[in-house]
Amino acid sequence: MRSSRKSITDLILHLHPPSVSLQTLRFTLSWGLGGMAVTLTGLLFLTGLLLLLVYQASTDQAHTSILVLTREVPFGLWVRNIHHWSANLLVIITTLHLLRIVLTGAFGPGRRLNWIVGLMLLFLLLAANFTGYLLPWDQLAYWAVAISTGMLDYMPLCGPWLKGILRGGSEIGSATLANFFVLHVAFIPGSLFILLLWHFWLVRRAGGLVQVEMGNSPAERVPTVPNLLVREAAVGLALIAFILILAMVRDAPLLEQANPAMSPNPAKAPWYFLGFQELLLHLHPMFAVFVWPLLGTAALLYVPFWRDSALPSGVWFGSPSGCKLAARAALAGLFLPLGVILLDNRLLLSGNAVAASTLLTRGLLPTIALIALLAAFYLLLVKKLRHTRAEAVMAGLVLTLTTLTVCTIIGVWFRGAEMHLVWP
Amino acid sequence: MGENQKDTVIAESSRRKFLNRLWAFFGLAAVAELGWLGVSFLSSRRELNGPFKTESIVTAGLVEQFTPATVTAIPQGQFYLACLADGSFLALSRTCTHLGCSVPWDAEKKRFACPCHGSIFSMTGEVLTTPAPRPLDIYPVRIENGIVKVDIAAPQRREHFDQGQTTRI
Repeated sequence: MRSSRKSITDLILHLHPPSVSLQTLRFTLSWGLGGMAVTLTGLLFLTGLLLLLVYQASTDQAHTSILVLTREVPFGLWVRNIHHWSANLLVIITTLHLLRIVLTGAFGPGRRLNWIVGLMLLFLLLAANFTGYLLPWDQLAYWAVAISTGMLDYMPLCGPWLKGILRGGSEIGSATLANFFVLHVAFIPGSLFILLLWHFWLVRRAGGLVQVEMGNSPAERVPTVPNLLVREAAVGLALIAFILILAMVRDAPLLEQANPAMSPNPAKAPWYFLGFQELLLHLHPMFAVFVWPLLGTAALLYVPFWRDSALPSGVWFGSPSGCKLAARAALAGLFLPLGVILLDNRLLLSGNAVAASTLLTRGLLPTIALIALLAAFYLLLVKKLRHTRAEAVMAGLVLTLTTLTVCTIIGVWFRGAEMHLVWP
Repeated sequence: MGENQKDTVIAESSRRKFLNRLWAFFGLAAVAELGWLGVSFLSSRRELNGPFKTESIVTAGLVEQFTPATVTAIPQGQFYLACLADGSFLALSRTCTHLGCSVPWDAEKKRFACPCHGSIFSMTGEVLTTPAPRPLDIYPVRIENGIVKVDIAAPQRREHFDQGQTTRI
């Protein structure tokens, strides 16, 4: 008995160090976001296994098998709802996790590789969500995927080729479903599992969570079991309880079977891509789906390798002045996109003349304006207001993330028929 | 170290270098082969959902069926047949050139309005409101013995509408 309990403890200690620094146990340092993401991933694996037993991956049976699942299989509806809500909540939790990493300066030296691994995990997570979106084969799924894969056409060089492979032809059909099914149930979960273990191991190798540097005195440490373990269990179990209750009261959507002849009005991408769809309404498609995401990804990948770009570790916002700056950046991120969208909306409505040079006016010019704006913003903060580079980088990331959130909210609730602005 | 011994060391290190290069070469060759295998396997899938390989000529109907300045949906070919004001015909793809949604015809306002991103096209498929980057694709139309036939094997891209794209009796 004692030896079996010891072996379980040893197993836990493969992922965790035997002891952890006392100050990193503070809930308000990490908000348990990483642990929540792991919990949701576990729920997704388990419910996914059950769903796999009922689901039929063919265009004429997929929709029916979901109907059978929700109407005839005991608890089938609940299991599907748990899978749905876990997947959607996971996108939010992971984004908050990323924000937490930025705000507590946890991507500096020693954690750079893990930042990259984390970004890959975020990409895989979005891919998992997106591929899962098509599987029910209803109107919502079909057209969301039609739009999102249509975006690939605007990627220079390999875009149309990639779209052909992903769709398995020029149209969405049984080959698309087969591709998405394999990606969703085999390729992505497998890659996710390997990267997750690497992610955890890199946290351990960096000495656990970020903490305030104490000078010479060694940080006080306590044993992982039970101190860290009970905290993880408390957060995980509370989250599971929340998801189970949410899945009882809110059903995952299921529209009628996919109809390639009729796009619903409005036809929207999955909500986590609606920020891009908002860009598509204003920019030339090549810039909305290729240039801007590429610039964003390059910036995110580069950030930890810029010298002194991370805040002092373990302190939220780095300092009280950093806190004020973050609040201002968030406010700017709230009102700037609102203003631009409303202004551009008026512009689109009034002068509906099609400029011959949309690539210039709706592509190159906005891009140059954006880069100039960010550079001016950076110089103002660093040269004039005497903020550190790390604080400026933090403010930039907060601004970007708030902007993306505002665009997503507008896309979800404030875009109606033909994607016109409406009041919900 | 004796002279002989040194020679052996040099010979061994150059042999080792050679073998290492050989291994690297074979390794790269294996990667290239497997990559080729993967790409050709996946590329073959690009044609699976292709539209209408067998029957590419769709009979839309008799010329007299279509009144000038109307647009008729031809569901079996997934396109619209526009009969323009002067009585000439134009077959328009129903797929929006922006992101591939199906564009419905609004008979009251005499225009195509895409539900996804609000692109609006005229009766001849020209862009009235962006974000669509080019007019709706067209299919070649033939009129044989008073019957309108459309070849839907491959949609044709175009940058502008001109009279040459239409078909008259």
